[in-house]
Amino acid sequence: MRAFLRAARLDITESLRARWFLFYSMVFGGIVVLLFVFGLTESRILGFTGLSRLLVTYIQLCVAILPIFVLITTVRSVAGDREAGVFEYMLSLPVGLAAWYWGKMVGRFTVVFLPVFLAMGGAALWSEYSEIGVPWDLFMVYTALLVSLSWSFLGFGMLISAAARSPDVAQTGAFLLWLVLLLFLDLILLGIMVREQLPLEAVVAIALANPLQSFRTAAILLFDPQMVVLGPAAYVILDELGARGYLAFALIWPLALGTGAAGWGYHLFRRGDLP
Amino acid sequence: MISFVNVTKTFKKSRVLDNVCLDLAKGDRIALVGSNGAGKTTLIRCLLGEYTHDGKVLVDGLEPRANRAQVLARVGFVPQIPPPLKMPVGELLGFAASVCRSDPQDMVRVIGALGLDYDRIRKLPFVKLSGGMKQKTLIGVALGRPSDVLIMDEPAANLDPEARHVFFRLLADRRDDGVMLITSHRLDEVASLVNRVIEMDMGKVALDDRVADQVDMASRLSCRLTMNRPDAAFARALGEWGFSGAGVEWQGWVNGPDRLRFLGMLSRYTGLVAGLELKEAEPCVA
Repeated sequence: MRAFLRAARLDITESLRARWFLFYSMVFGGIVVLLFVFGLTESRILGFTGLSRLLVTYIQLCVAILPIFVLITTVRSVAGDREAGVFEYMLSLPVGLAAWYWGKMVGRFTVVFLPVFLAMGGAALWSEYSEIGVPWDLFMVYTALLVSLSWSFLGFGMLISAAARSPDVAQTGAFLLWLVLLLFLDLILLGIMVREQLPLEAVVAIALANPLQSFRTAAILLFDPQMVVLGPAAYVILDELGARGYLAFALIWPLALGTGAAGWGYHLFRRGDLP
Repeated sequence: MISFVNVTKTFKKSRVLDNVCLDLAKGDRIALVGSNGAGKTTLIRCLLGEYTHDGKVLVDGLEPRANRAQVLARVGFVPQIPPPLKMPVGELLGFAASVCRSDPQDMVRVIGALGLDYDRIRKLPFVKLSGGMKQKTLIGVALGRPSDVLIMDEPAANLDPEARHVFFRLLADRRDDGVMLITSHRLDEVASLVNRVIEMDMGKVALDDRVADQVDMASRLSCRLTMNRPDAAFARALGEWGFSGAGVEWQGWVNGPDRLRFLGMLSRYTGLVAGLELKEAEPCVA
């Protein structure tokens, strides 16, 4: 446990000193500031207004940029450390492989999730101060969704880092994964698949499996039960599972997916060459 | 104490270690030499449990990979290329001491003995230190904890003469406690530190020989040197060895284990040497 906590702390402090973290924090903090500056809390679209409107927009932006940020920074950092000789030295110390790997994962989760959450939390506090009103139930749901999404892509990042032998390969793998998941979003490739009359079960299965899709659908469904802004597969899934069922699925599935991917990555890490 | 039994390591189609069999006993101080790609680093990584391989590596009957905590708690390791860690030196020592369950003050003491002001570097990022400072810090981490297996990859390459002397003395203090494995491209760099030489070539043990164990690792030689004419390049070389003097008369100290290396340097300026006196001094304290 001591080694696990030490490894997690080490990864957090190393990340806090890295330039990518500063940039990463500025992007998410900057998004919230810009949304306030452009008066988004005062606009009304599809019935969303106030902080709800800001949170919906923020979460939509998160789905576009958070996964690629998490993937790239994770694989660059983990695979880069391995190539630079950090693993050779640090793993010559008597630290268990499980403690090192999972400590790193938890440490990275902390640093990728905190800026996203703090930006959202900052917006909530400002709204409270400005008496705009904070929809706390929505805030909690979005926080849980962000945890789930971050963990899922962190798991993918750890798997790719463990499987790839160089940062370049890892980075290319991470980018391709993100691109594929993006292409399989409901409104893009799935729309074409439906038009080409692929079996409905296959289309729904792909939509269900894609953590980007489940995040996006869950983020919107509280406001748009008809799913007019999403797509056909989401509509079918929501019809089958119901709003609560889908929300539960959207929270649990990415967590399970991320844990599974990270577990697979650990298996590869433990059985392969460490440096 | 340490056994390599038919150890073979292959990267894709390239066999980097080829059926290596070695037994290292307590008290062995080994120079592991060989050209680039001979398999030295791979052998070390197998010993550290960092590489998977065919055959067996055993440290007192335990496989390092399967028993990381027990085996690596006994191993002090100094890599050839310091890792680019952004963490401050104090944090590195804290981490190492914590996972090794040792006292960071012991590491600080070794670092201090090597001539580094710990308080000055404690908050500096490790990666920002100079090559010599990094080396001293890593030596401090390796020697500042109880370990009976020392693995050092070109450990003295970046050290100044005074730090080398202290380093050799620290090694001398541990000479019979366990196994010391020192890798180098050049035998003359480490010849006086060791009592056994293992040469690797193309992944195999090409030579495994005992060497005379006469040199006191903590000894120093006082040296007086007279040139037949002043020479700027020779003066610069002597300056790097910490010699003082001007014109044709120079004097300084040479660490016992460094004598071969010193004579190697002198051999480049043989035509300029008019007089040379090397006298063993009483074992001194740094």
